[in-house]
Amino acid sequence: MINKQALKVLSIKNIAYQTYEMVLKSDTELNLKPGQFIHIAVKGFMLRRPISIADVNEIDRSFTVIFKIFGDGTEALSNYHVGAEVDALMPLGTSYPIESLNIKQALLVGGGIGIPPLYYLGKKLKEKGVEVTSVLGYQSKEHVFYEDKFRELGETFVTTDDGSYGHSGFVTDVIRDSNLSFETYFSCGPTPMLQAVTSLLKDENGYISLEERMGCGVGTCYACVIPLKNNPNKSKKICKDGPVFDANEVLLG
Amino acid sequence: MNLAVSLPGLELKNPVMPASGCFGFGKEYSQFYSLDKLGAVIIKAATEHERYGNQTPRVAETASGMLNAIGLQNPGAEQIIKQELPYLKNYRVPVIANVAGSTIEEYVTVTKAFNHTNDVSALELNISCPNVKEGGVLFGTDPELAAEVTYQVKNASNHPVYVKLSPNVTDIVGMAKAVVNAGADGLSMINTLTGMKMHLKSRKPLIANKTGGLSGPAIKPIAIRMIYEVRQALDVPIIGMGGIMTSEDVLEFLLAGANAVAVGTANFQNPLVCPEIIEELPSTLKQYGFNSVQDAIGKGH
Repeated sequence: MINKQALKVLSIKNIAYQTYEMVLKSDTELNLKPGQFIHIAVKGFMLRRPISIADVNEIDRSFTVIFKIFGDGTEALSNYHVGAEVDALMPLGTSYPIESLNIKQALLVGGGIGIPPLYYLGKKLKEKGVEVTSVLGYQSKEHVFYEDKFRELGETFVTTDDGSYGHSGFVTDVIRDSNLSFETYFSCGPTPMLQAVTSLLKDENGYISLEERMGCGVGTCYACVIPLKNNPNKSKKICKDGPVFDANEVLLG
Repeated sequence: MNLAVSLPGLELKNPVMPASGCFGFGKEYSQFYSLDKLGAVIIKAATEHERYGNQTPRVAETASGMLNAIGLQNPGAEQIIKQELPYLKNYRVPVIANVAGSTIEEYVTVTKAFNHTNDVSALELNISCPNVKEGGVLFGTDPELAAEVTYQVKNASNHPVYVKLSPNVTDIVGMAKAVVNAGADGLSMINTLTGMKMHLKSRKPLIANKTGGLSGPAIKPIAIRMIYEVRQALDVPIIGMGGIMTSEDVLEFLLAGANAVAVGTANFQNPLVCPEIIEELPSTLKQYGFNSVQDAIGKGH
C-alpha cells in the first residue's frame, strides 16, 4: 500500500563529491524492499524527486537514502537539517526478486548514484546466505562512497573512469578482466552502463534497475516509460512496473 | 454547504475533478482515497488505436509548473472501454472520456466507441493537445476546423460534448463561439501552453519532443483571464482548469465564470490534493461570503 508520509530527518551527511546520505524516520512500520524508491517533495518545487533506498533499519523504523546534487531540487534537499520534515510517497516500484531466487552467488554491478540500492540488496542477499561480489564504478576518487560497507558484504572491486582510485576504466572492464563466479547479477546505474553490462552478460540471469525523469511516480502520467525488447511498440512504466526489470525485458537507449 | 453542480450529462456532488492525463484511469490514485469523493473523473485521452506516445524524457520541471510531452499514449478506445472503465464502476462518480484523434474520422470513430457504453457520462473533445504531430492542437487553433470537428463529433455522440480549448490562440472568445455554434454542450478550458526548456549540459531541448505543454500554477492567470473573457461573451457551461492547487484557486475559477473545475498537475505533487480541496472548499466559500458553489459562479463579473 502506497502512503504519503511525513518523515523526519535523523541525519544528513556529505559522503562524497556532491553526494549526500540522509537517514529518515517514519512513524509507521516500514515495508521497504531492495530496489524500491521513495518520491520526495522538496519545498518550493513542483515535481517530486525519486530516490532509491540504500538501507533500512526495521527496528527503529528508519531508512537511508543517498542522492547526488543534479539540480536546484536536490541541492535544496541537501540543505535540509536534522529534524526537518520530508514529505514522501512510499514505498514505490518493484523490488529485486530475492525471495523467489534460489542462488548461492550473486554479482552486484553499480555505477555512481545507481550504487545505493545495491547496498540494501547486498545486505539482504548476505542475510539469506548468498555470497556477494560487488563491482562498483565511480567517475573519480572524490565520488567514491560506501566502499567499506560493500567490502563487509563480500569481495568488492572499485573502478574509476579516470583511474584516480582503484581500477581504471568501466565496470565492464573489471567484469571482463576478473574471473567472477555468480549465478545472477543485479545492476543499477546510468543507461549507457546498463547497456554495456547487459550486453556483456547477455547469457547470464540478471536484473537491472532504471532511472528516468518522473512525474507522478505512481503510474498515472506515463512520463517514465521504457520500450519492451520483444515488442518496442509496447512499453512499461519505470515507476510502477519497474524500476527493477529482468535484464532482457526492456530496450535500453 | 451545498457543493453540487448540475451540468449537461453531469450531476456533480462537488465541482472538483481530476484533469485528463493527470489521473490515468483512476486505479493508482484510488490507493490514496476513495474516488467516491470526487465530483467526476476525466480519464486519459483515447485515440482509435493504441498509441506509444513520444520518446523520453517526456517531462521537465519549470518555475511554478511543468512541461509534458507524453504524446497521447493510451491503449486505444476499445481497450479503455473493456479494460479500464469497469474499475471505475466500483465508485459512485461520473466519468468523462477524453476523445483525441489525428483526423476528423478518428475523432468520430472514438466518439462512436463510447456510444456503446453507459460507463461514461460525457465526452471531453481534445482538440488542444500540443504534443502530437497530426491533429490535436491543429484543430484547436483554427476556428473553422474546430467547428467542423465539434459538429461531426456532436452529431455522432449520444453523450454531451465538452470541447477542450487550447490557450495557444490570440482570440479565445472566437474559438469558444465557433465550437458553441457548432453544437458544443460545454467548454473545458484551458489545455496546456506550448513551451520549451533547454538542457544546459547537452545544449539541446530537454524534452525529447522538443516542445511540451506547460501546466501548473504558472498558467493559472491565463486560464482565469480566458474563462473570464469567454464568460463575458457566452452563456455556456465551463469546466475550468489550469494550475489549481488550493480551494482558493477553485473559488477564483468560479468567480471568473467556471461552473466546475479540474485539477491536473497538482495531483503529481500531492496525490491527495483533490479530496483535500473538496474538504476545504466549504470553509473557503463561507470565508468569502458564499453559501454554495452555485452562488459563486460568475460572481467576479
